[in-house]
Amino acid sequence: MLEVKGLHAFYGKSHILHGVDMNIGKGEIVSLLGRNGVGRTTTCKSIMGLVEPVGNITYNGEKISGMEPHQIAHRGIGYVPEDRLIFPGLTTRQNLELGMKKSGQEGRWKLDDAYKLFPRLEERAETPAEVLSGGEQQMLTMCRTLMGDPELIMIDEPTEGLAPQIVKQVGEFLEQIASSGMSVLLIEQKLSIALKVSQRLYVMGHGEIVFEGTPSDLEANESVRKEWLEV
Amino acid sequence: MLESLIFTIFNGVLYGMLLFMLASGLTLIFGMMGVLNFAHASFYMLGAYFAYQVSVFAGFWAALFLAPLGVALIGALTERYGLRQVHQHGHVAELLFTFGLVYVIEEVVHLVWGRTPVNYQVPEALDFTLFTLFTTDFPAYRAFMLGVAIFMFVGIFLLLTKTRIGQVVQASLSHPDMVGALGHNVPRVFTLVFAFGCALAGLAGVIAGNYFITEPGMAWNMGPIVFVVVVFGGLGSLGGALVGSLIIGLAQTFAVQMTFSIASVLADMGLAISEDAFLSGFWFLELSRIGPMLPYLLLVLMLIFRPRGLMGTRAD
Repeated sequence: MLEVKGLHAFYGKSHILHGVDMNIGKGEIVSLLGRNGVGRTTTCKSIMGLVEPVGNITYNGEKISGMEPHQIAHRGIGYVPEDRLIFPGLTTRQNLELGMKKSGQEGRWKLDDAYKLFPRLEERAETPAEVLSGGEQQMLTMCRTLMGDPELIMIDEPTEGLAPQIVKQVGEFLEQIASSGMSVLLIEQKLSIALKVSQRLYVMGHGEIVFEGTPSDLEANESVRKEWLEV
Repeated sequence: MLESLIFTIFNGVLYGMLLFMLASGLTLIFGMMGVLNFAHASFYMLGAYFAYQVSVFAGFWAALFLAPLGVALIGALTERYGLRQVHQHGHVAELLFTFGLVYVIEEVVHLVWGRTPVNYQVPEALDFTLFTLFTTDFPAYRAFMLGVAIFMFVGIFLLLTKTRIGQVVQASLSHPDMVGALGHNVPRVFTLVFAFGCALAGLAGVIAGNYFITEPGMAWNMGPIVFVVVVFGGLGSLGGALVGSLIIGLAQTFAVQMTFSIASVLADMGLAISEDAFLSGFWFLELSRIGPMLPYLLLVLMLIFRPRGLMGTRAD
């Protein structure tokens, strides 16, 4: 469904990605692992068109590298950023509504589904989003992207800095959207979650993919874990 | 005293609302795109000239609607085919682009309408005294200007808070990239906001051009003061632009009325200062003569002590 070939990306003069190759199939849950600063977020942003990609990215056979972010979103890719980027000044409900691509046009995911997934969001529906706790903001930002009804959702470090109870909820959320047939690209540092939910994993180091395989492959491969993942 | 106080407050609020019509657009454009549009007051001037031209053929009421639309169109073209191309080269390039635009628009105005003021008059239907309080006449046109400004303010408020496009704009004020990633056409929203801001400036030109004078220097008279307002109120903050407009509007209007100096105040308290005292020029300086400097002094002090302005949220 998504194919990334020889992807390079730059921030100003610094060369961040050095030819990333990866692909995600329909309904597949894929994790992108690696330490901070190896280029995982940049990979996501390049796919989304938020960082100018150099290389070839195709989605359902159509070249999307070079398109505007909103065009890519309309092709069916959703992005949940690591820094959450909730919209201050708007309520929780308004934030969710902005996730819909057209006014009042709910897709498979409806406002009520978001509230069912996270009842906390319904309680906070009319609260200005900027006063929500970190965990609530994470729920909000994930649901906001879901409201746009993506076929492929890229989720960047959803559990970072959250309390264990909420990490558990996020894990359940990932399993639930996976079971709905959506494809997921999960960026994680916590090996435990990634190993549990993914069918396939990529490990990144220094702007390149250094390992590709199944969770059991990675569990068996101690050298990759030591060199590229463990701190 | 009471009479002049009431009228000064009224005029100050009116001037403030006029400033707000420019400042609101400028601050929204900055908040969304990070562009400090030096040419904003030039669109105000274009509004006045367009209104003059339309009113020659079709009268004031047609001008009231057509001139802001014309300015909006020019604004949209400026954003789409000018700023958006320049944007890739960074903020300094954008700033210089809008700076250049000020001169381009001024020269175009010179070419089309000449260097002297044009005869743009208050419409006859509004050219009467609305009421007389004590001994001062209050012109109906002022009430009309105030009405338009308030109508526009309520309009912006409802548009931003009650409509979906307004919410997209609000969201784009903080995280435009994310708004794009959710599937909203952010470049188009930018064009719309830029055009809308220009239309507001144009509308201000339509209603102020005949009250003041429509001449090629009017952009230069208004431009700097609008910058003071948005920096003072906090760049990107609409509430700040409103408060800033009213404060600067009132401060300037009041200062012009004040004929006392430090020496006259001291004299009232029984401490006369002689004309040849040390620094007598300073002691006898009337407050009204400091008036024009006041906004810029406020700007400079604000930047030193509270760089994000009264209600701004951006640290940069």
